[in-house]
Amino acid sequence: MHTPTPPARILPAVDMDTLPYWTGGKNGQLLIHRCGDCAYLVHPPVPFCPACDGRNVAPVPVSGRGRVTTFTINHKPWVPGLPVPYVLALVELEEQADVRLVSNITHCDPAEVTFGMAVEVYFEPVEDLYVPLFRPVERLA
Amino acid sequence: MTGYTEKNTAITGIGMSDVSRGATKSALALTVDACLEAIADAGLTRAEIDGIATWPGERADGSGFSAVGCAAVQDALRLKLGWYAGGGEAPGQYGAVFNAIGAISAGLCRNVLIFRTMYEATARKTAFANALLKEGQRQAGPFAWYAPYYTYAASLQQALFFNLYVHNSGITPEQVAQIPINQRRNAGLNPKAVYRTPITLDDYLASPIIATPLRLYDCDVPCDGAVAIIVSRLDVARTLRNPPVRIEAIGSSMQYRNSWTQLDALDTQAQPKVAEMMWSRTDLKPADVDIAQLYDGFTFHTLNWLENFGFCERYGAKDFIEGGRRIALEGELPVNTGGGALSGGRLHAYGAVHEACTQLWGRGGERQVKGDPQVCATSTAGGPLAGAMLLVRD
Repeated sequence: MHTPTPPARILPAVDMDTLPYWTGGKNGQLLIHRCGDCAYLVHPPVPFCPACDGRNVAPVPVSGRGRVTTFTINHKPWVPGLPVPYVLALVELEEQADVRLVSNITHCDPAEVTFGMAVEVYFEPVEDLYVPLFRPVERLA
Repeated sequence: MTGYTEKNTAITGIGMSDVSRGATKSALALTVDACLEAIADAGLTRAEIDGIATWPGERADGSGFSAVGCAAVQDALRLKLGWYAGGGEAPGQYGAVFNAIGAISAGLCRNVLIFRTMYEATARKTAFANALLKEGQRQAGPFAWYAPYYTYAASLQQALFFNLYVHNSGITPEQVAQIPINQRRNAGLNPKAVYRTPITLDDYLASPIIATPLRLYDCDVPCDGAVAIIVSRLDVARTLRNPPVRIEAIGSSMQYRNSWTQLDALDTQAQPKVAEMMWSRTDLKPADVDIAQLYDGFTFHTLNWLENFGFCERYGAKDFIEGGRRIALEGELPVNTGGGALSGGRLHAYGAVHEACTQLWGRGGERQVKGDPQVCATSTAGGPLAGAMLLVRD
């Protein structure tokens, strides 16, 4: 069966603060800004910790594990060649639930995605960036 | 309850252009139609308009989302202004009204022309209206985080929040359907509404799923049209031809994280604290509200507002709207009496203000709510955007 090539992912404009998030995948790492004083994760990345007023904030690798906060199964083929259905989700990090990452949930039937499902990051290289994607933990080899 | 400056302002006139799925005139021409109608309705002349405001200001991006800004209207009508402002970083679509309240209170102006122009129906014929992404461009701004994940439209993004609301509330599609069914019934009695043919529960359930649980009939209708209102200082308002529709209280707060991903109230969106602020500025209570024009960019926004305004308990909207009787024109709380954006056209919360005044001034014709309604709650919404107003006719 012919599987259509999905349209290219539209990439974010990055700056010095967001570049680590979108390139950490080169080394297999999900990089999130973390306060060196109180360990609070600051996302989206800002060089200021709103939890302790600290300025010692820098990107560090996190586990890459999280849970599905909410999701939707998209059925509308918005552009030609878009394979549907697919899952858009917000994923909360294992380390800190108020860090929510937008992603697609892949490597499973969309109908199998549930609220609270445990997922783990992987990366898809696109041009100069590495897009974080998530798949169910139990599907890992 | 004195000292809140919105109480020193009132809506004194309204205007609405033709509203359609394909205009026969330009966006600016529609805007001029609405503005002139509103000025005349207030009993004012162009020379007496000394302030102008809009949200989100002109966006010359071809989307039709905001095709006309303050500058074009000021020049078209040759207005001589003490103050003007158009901009999008505000408490939702009502940011323009809240700015006008501030300007009037600061003594910068007395009669502010506020307008909102949509030209999305025409724009859609050549481009994708309301698109969040543009192919071939790297995406900046708040939706950069959504960009690589095929998040092409607001409806898909908002389905994330809707699904969590459904999960937490247990509402069924059959219950949600009461919102669009009721509004289509009201639209049938509104000659200006875009879609006027009644729909049934079967129609709703048969409408295509865009992104679970969001169906086509959960979405508002892109249209071409413009609305204008005049907000005047209260002492001036009391000399004009309409009984002033006083701005009794507003909710303009941002107490949550202002983010489409990190918003700390995903399934209620940013409404609860906004509603709380509005009620803190008036002696009136939810039980005093006669009619409600609740934001309906998507049906679940309206469900959210029923709860967040306190017309029912958290996650109680499903029971409140069951069978549709309470929210019907004859019900205890008539909701979106002109058909709202779902059936009347996406005039983006200003259709709601127009309808509020239409009802409070007894001009509703076949859809006029009985009993001389005097108090209306209105709202805007969408992720971190929210604004609320309580309107009371003198």
